[in-house]
Amino acid sequence: MTFTKFNIRAAVLLGSLMLAASPALAEAVLHRGNSGEPQTLDQSQTSIDIEAFILKDLYEGLTIYDAKGKIVPGVAESWTVSDDGLVYTFKLRDNAKWSDGSPVVAEDFIFSMQREEDPKTAAGYANILYPIKNAEAINKGKLPVDQLGMKAVNDKTLEITLERPTPFFIELLSHQSALPVNKASFEKNGADFVKPGKLVGNGAFKLVEHVPNDHLTVVKNENYWDAANVKLDKVIFYPLEDQAAGLRRYEAGELDLVYNFSSDQIKRLRDANPKQVHVTPAAATYYYPFDTRTEPFNDVRVRQALSMSVDRDFLAKDIYDGTKIPVYSLVPPGFENYGEPSKADFAGMSQLDREDKAVELMKAAGYGEGGKPLNIEIRYNTNPNHQKVATAVADMWKKTFGANVTLMNLDISSHYAYLQEGGKFNVARAGWTADYADAENFLNLNVSTNKTFNYGHYENAEFDALMKKSYEERDPAARSKILHEAEALIMRDQPIAPLMNDANLWLVADKVKGWGDNANNEHLSKYLSVE
Amino acid sequence: MFHFVLRRLASAVPTLFIVVTISFFLMRFAPGGPFNLERPLPPATMENLMRAYHLDQPLWNQYIQYLKNAVTGDFGPSYIYKDNTIAELIGKGLPYSIQLGTYALLFALIGGVTIGTLAALRQNSFIDFLVMSVATTGVTVPNFVVGPIMTLIFALMLAWVPAGGWGDGSLKFLILPVITLGLPQLAVFARLTRGSMIEALHADHIRTARAYGLPAQVVVVTHAMRGALLPVVSYLAPCAAALLTGSAVVESIFTIPGVGRYFVLGAINRDYTLVMGTVVLVAIFVIVFNLVVDILYGLLDPRVRHD
Repeated sequence: MTFTKFNIRAAVLLGSLMLAASPALAEAVLHRGNSGEPQTLDQSQTSIDIEAFILKDLYEGLTIYDAKGKIVPGVAESWTVSDDGLVYTFKLRDNAKWSDGSPVVAEDFIFSMQREEDPKTAAGYANILYPIKNAEAINKGKLPVDQLGMKAVNDKTLEITLERPTPFFIELLSHQSALPVNKASFEKNGADFVKPGKLVGNGAFKLVEHVPNDHLTVVKNENYWDAANVKLDKVIFYPLEDQAAGLRRYEAGELDLVYNFSSDQIKRLRDANPKQVHVTPAAATYYYPFDTRTEPFNDVRVRQALSMSVDRDFLAKDIYDGTKIPVYSLVPPGFENYGEPSKADFAGMSQLDREDKAVELMKAAGYGEGGKPLNIEIRYNTNPNHQKVATAVADMWKKTFGANVTLMNLDISSHYAYLQEGGKFNVARAGWTADYADAENFLNLNVSTNKTFNYGHYENAEFDALMKKSYEERDPAARSKILHEAEALIMRDQPIAPLMNDANLWLVADKVKGWGDNANNEHLSKYLSVE
Repeated sequence: MFHFVLRRLASAVPTLFIVVTISFFLMRFAPGGPFNLERPLPPATMENLMRAYHLDQPLWNQYIQYLKNAVTGDFGPSYIYKDNTIAELIGKGLPYSIQLGTYALLFALIGGVTIGTLAALRQNSFIDFLVMSVATTGVTVPNFVVGPIMTLIFALMLAWVPAGGWGDGSLKFLILPVITLGLPQLAVFARLTRGSMIEALHADHIRTARAYGLPAQVVVVTHAMRGALLPVVSYLAPCAAALLTGSAVVESIFTIPGVGRYFVLGAINRDYTLVMGTVVLVAIFVIVFNLVVDILYGLLDPRVRHD
């Protein structure tokens, strides 16, 4: 009897010791810094990467990005495209389920995308899905929502018909606004379907808690089709609006990941922990559009001269401590289907040669020293880094051309409202981040019919025609060639001066495994683990 | 007293109305709107959004609608934090800000009055100079310097406290933000108390009390303190306002989920309803604190009576 007792006790003791010692049984929690508070968790309202990181953990689209930023099947395990490139047929996974256990069916995607295009929803990113047949007309209130070109052949087969061939359609489907909405939850809870306890997702994680401006907690979704491969039990997102505060919390060991810290810290951080600092070129371009409607910026020589006299190496290295890369093209490098972008002809010259050439061009145009006075106003949105860039550029233009450069800054809303509403200017700051991994996303900014985005109102019929042709071309290589020709025109005419390629800055603690740097800045928590 | 409070509350209504009206129209004079972002929206989307939020209607209509809703306690949805109404946002954040503000106020008041009194009693001594130097430093060094430096020392180097966050709201999370927020106010209270205490100690009734042979403690705490506290009390209302606005910086330094951030975020993002919500909140706060100060005055100063 006593012997048995002893045995039980020993077994309990041994068992508890093993429990405590075995790391596999401890909860795997990732403390993930986010660069701010999500403004919404509603697929139709989302617009920023802060939300994308969370939404893509909570929901899974037809296609997703892997840890290396490559498009891979998500809910759709496979798909076929018709010969004319207009009909996509997706085969959905049999085991794709919502977090409440119900199956994910073709109808779910139809409901979500109809909702996205419904003008009453007022979705900020409705245009992402405009390639779908009738989407644009529905969004503009000209057709009822049931006319959207989507059909459920059966529960697990979804057919999408497009308005026109769209070579990057598969990329579009991975955007966070194309994530499915759970119809039952939405109909029951209305706008509150995004709240913890009500949110029903189909992603690797499910929402359990959200304290605005403090943290947002998601836990592993056991109903997720790939749950067996999800290593984390819990991910806590921390909104870090104050970059310095985020950095301090990381250094105190409270966070495992930090996104977008202040670039002036990079030297110090690299010296301390080189392996933890990840700088990845982003699919984003920092550029200065010229107002091609106003003199002297309507003269291509003036634009070329101004653009080529900007020492981009100085901006990237001295102002941004090497966290940006000098660029001479509008499309950022790194798009798989585009390759090396078409660069401006001065890209291969040394800065000194560029300056000589710039002075020549400016003289030919009749401005600057010895010619008509060159008055330039640089407009930018209030931000210490943008101010430094504008100051440096102003100095370069003063030195090279004897220009009289003034600076003018407005807060971000006023700045962009002015440009988007067609306000006249000389030179302005602008930035563009890819919504999908395709060059079209950037080149489209300069089409003459694009009144909102084409700040400088650049008009070039040849360029417009090339862009139009690119939409109709189905062969990827031929299409890429057309887009390169189009970009070459932009780089020749310089309606915009591309300055730098943004980089995404991440701090990744040593204990985080499975991290992959990629230009699309896609980092689903399902690929990550902590040791 | 009851009538006095009622009268004051009634007079708050027109004040609030004027504050709301002025801020409503001032906000709309600023160029741009809540949907003008760096990432521009296509015109069709912009139109849908403006319609969904009734921003396409004439300004007067919007104003009247806003007033009607506000009277029923509906301050509308946030244009930026779209999943939440203004009431929800402020409702969730306010408890954190109030706790932080209350602790900071208590820290400043108790600490400031204590060291101010000590300095007054030992006028021109070493303690006096020390206290006043610390107080001057407290006022002049801004909280966005004090906060990070304390975090570097106590969280990163010594690892005694966390570097930020609210956690479970326990002392270790609160101590640095409370000190950072309260320090400048503590300094003001210390200076005010020292000045008025020195004056009070030279007053006739104190000399009389001393002449009667009352113990020094009783003289200071019961008789001198009462008069010396009057300037301190009148500073309470501006102090509360300073704590509220100071919390915007401190909450951001220590990543605390309070309402302070909304003052700045609302205005920068043109989140009209959020700006209005915070303006109303601050207005109510100032009105209530002024009332509290007036009542305290009545209790402390026999010459002030609210009949």
